[in-house]
Amino acid sequence: MKVLVTVKRVIDYNVKVRVKSDNSGVDLSNVKMAMNPFCEIAVEEAIRLKEAGIATEVVVVSLGVKACQEQLRTALALGADRAILVETEQELESLNVAKLLAKIIEEEQPGMVILGKQAIDTDNNQTGQMLAALTGMAQGTFASKIEVQGDKALVTREVDGGLQTIELSMPIIATTDLRLNEPRYASLPNIMKAKRKPLVVKTPEELGVSIKEHTKLIAVTPPPERKGGIKVANVAELVEKLKNEAKVI
Amino acid sequence: MSVYQHPYKDVDFVIRHLLEFDAFCQDKGLDEVNADFANVVLSEAAKFAAKNLVEQNQQGDIHPAKLVDGKVVETPGFGEAYRNFVEQGWPSLSAAEEFGGQGLPNLLSVAANEIWQSANMAFALCPMLGQSAIAALENHGSEQLKAQYLEKLISGQWTGTMNLTESAAGTDLAAIKTRAVADEGHYKIFGQKIFITWGDHQMAENIVHLVLARLPDAPAGVKGISLFVVPKYLLDESGNPGIENDVRCLSLEHKMGIHGSPTCVMSYGDNEGAIGYLVGEPHCGLRYMFSMMNHARQGVGVQGLGISERAFQGALEYAAQRVQGSDKSGNSIRIIQFGDVRRMLLMMKSGTEAIRALCYFTGFEDDKKAAATSEQQPAIAAKVAFLTPIVKGWSTELAQELVSLAMQVYGGAGYIEEAGVAQHVRDARILPIYEGTTGIQALDLTLRKTLFDKAAQATLFIEDVQRTVDELDSLDGAGDLQSALSSALDDARAALVWLAKNPQQADSIAANNLQLWGYLLGGWLMAKSSIAAQQQLDQGAGDSEYLNAKKVTCQFYSEHFLVRTKACIASIEAGSDAIMSLSEQQFFSHVN
Repeated sequence: MKVLVTVKRVIDYNVKVRVKSDNSGVDLSNVKMAMNPFCEIAVEEAIRLKEAGIATEVVVVSLGVKACQEQLRTALALGADRAILVETEQELESLNVAKLLAKIIEEEQPGMVILGKQAIDTDNNQTGQMLAALTGMAQGTFASKIEVQGDKALVTREVDGGLQTIELSMPIIATTDLRLNEPRYASLPNIMKAKRKPLVVKTPEELGVSIKEHTKLIAVTPPPERKGGIKVANVAELVEKLKNEAKVI
Repeated sequence: MSVYQHPYKDVDFVIRHLLEFDAFCQDKGLDEVNADFANVVLSEAAKFAAKNLVEQNQQGDIHPAKLVDGKVVETPGFGEAYRNFVEQGWPSLSAAEEFGGQGLPNLLSVAANEIWQSANMAFALCPMLGQSAIAALENHGSEQLKAQYLEKLISGQWTGTMNLTESAAGTDLAAIKTRAVADEGHYKIFGQKIFITWGDHQMAENIVHLVLARLPDAPAGVKGISLFVVPKYLLDESGNPGIENDVRCLSLEHKMGIHGSPTCVMSYGDNEGAIGYLVGEPHCGLRYMFSMMNHARQGVGVQGLGISERAFQGALEYAAQRVQGSDKSGNSIRIIQFGDVRRMLLMMKSGTEAIRALCYFTGFEDDKKAAATSEQQPAIAAKVAFLTPIVKGWSTELAQELVSLAMQVYGGAGYIEEAGVAQHVRDARILPIYEGTTGIQALDLTLRKTLFDKAAQATLFIEDVQRTVDELDSLDGAGDLQSALSSALDDARAALVWLAKNPQQADSIAANNLQLWGYLLGGWLMAKSSIAAQQQLDQGAGDSEYLNAKKVTCQFYSEHFLVRTKACIASIEAGSDAIMSLSEQQFFSHVN
């Protein structure tokens, strides 16, 4: 079984995020970028499936600027077999990404597609679901466990009330939650091997997908700065303030 | 808990723009090794360190290794960290591919070592000494010894130690008393060694001790010392660790710092004699040791770099958060806003960046040497030989000042152990002492590397620096930097003139000579960095915030460190009159 994994290049989670002064977005110039943590979990799961003899090949896909190659190389160093970059300078919304991925799936015919449930930059949590709709594949989102049994897969999902296990017919789309696994580090010998692994670059045009703008980003504003607290004299004053000032009760 | 983040932008700048690593790789046809690839390797190394080494550093300080029933038990957590380190392949980074190494350039090894040393110096000493043991066997061991030991040392499955010092033989190795006696195809070793770093532990399956000892027919002095491999466990027929050798750790030293690194008194041959195997030819041990000395001493310089960076980051974080006092309009002030705190932070920033430039520059020369023709090699070797005592002596002395400044930024809180900076101050203090004290480095530079070749190598560096002074003509706003570098260069020239006239006083002025060269070459590389940063800015490439900060940092260096060459030359020119004029009684005359 071939497993396809998506990898997104995002701002490194250690970086203190700065909003551009004109509120047009987050300042990404010259900040450290890294693989989205949920995507790291997706890559790890695919590699574990390969190590368990269930997957035969792990293909990683990223979409975006040329520099996304860095994250693909990281995925290759972690153990993926080959990489595909859909290169574009344009901003990609979730639906654009899903449409491009659907084309890649058509070409690659994977038995399983694993995506991060969301990316830590835009927090959309949409691409996996959209991709399932576009491809007609079964979806198991927020997975904390994936078990392949022949032509079925059992996916344990993290839902509000606890855990839900569903049985899906292969091929499937899974999106990863935090507790699915703990990603490994790339070992030095694997970093060396990754240099020679194939990385193919495609364009949206080659895939026959035109990138459309469905949403408009109006403004990005940083959260208000925390103000110092005050002391209240008694419970009555506290309740009064919670009611009338904070308006939370 | 003190923080650490890999200073990847400065590292990348040094590798890519100051040293022009890509041009070298292209020229040498290295297979897809370049600055981008260096970034990939180093960012993974940094991730590994963050998870396995950074927090464990304080554990090493609080829970030193212990001697339990004759065995050294390392700091809790170190064993797991070490096994992960080996599993991830990090010990093999620059080792020969023939024996399972990855064969990457030494420059990358220096950059990775910086990470290990910043993250956890006590831990990182173990693989660092392993590298020396590997070099000894690789360069001088028989084919059989190589086949038996190299692969497992390179993978890190076994660790290596260096056994030189005895209680009466420290700086003067001629006084070594440990004996080796031929016995059925091997040797039996008898004697005691002290200050053996990571001499015993339970992290690896075997420990390969490299031991200096005398054969019965050995000539007296340094020409009668041989080098032996003495494994903790003798190898069985299939080459695996078998029965225990007659080697044990007698006790552990109680040290000021690097508590996580067990410093052992090792006893060889308490019973029937420890079985050892001769490395190379008899009586050549010291020469073999010296062939590795450059590498080991540069490694200690990188330790000075690593600990300075770590201490700086902690102080910076603290200064940016600590609120003290308020301005005229009543707004509270964080101490990073005060001029004197900014001065201290810039001392650390510029000092550390200059040390980094010098360590990486020197490490890269090794790669150039390895890639050079045999005709070119001696010239590069001479260059490295000149730089090595400066990397070791100057970097580690400056590191003392920088970690001390870090503590100063914390104020009283820094003197309290919980802040974490006290550990860095204690840990750093060993660096100007081991692998040859600063005094030894200063003599090495001044006698062996300067007087012996009639200042030939020193003159080449003076020409290099002069070229950079001239280049600064074309850099806008670099007038002050240029005159500071030019003036420091004059001081170096004056030192050479004075030294040529007063060679018999070399001993007394060597320390100042070493410092003068350190500040000069640090300033030279900072000036080159400033030029490279401006080139990037002119091209509209790179991170302008970082590049402009680099230029200011270089300027600050010239104003606060480069000027120290003036004090050095004044002391040098004062000569040894005062130094040698007191009688020993006069030293005691204030108390007697």
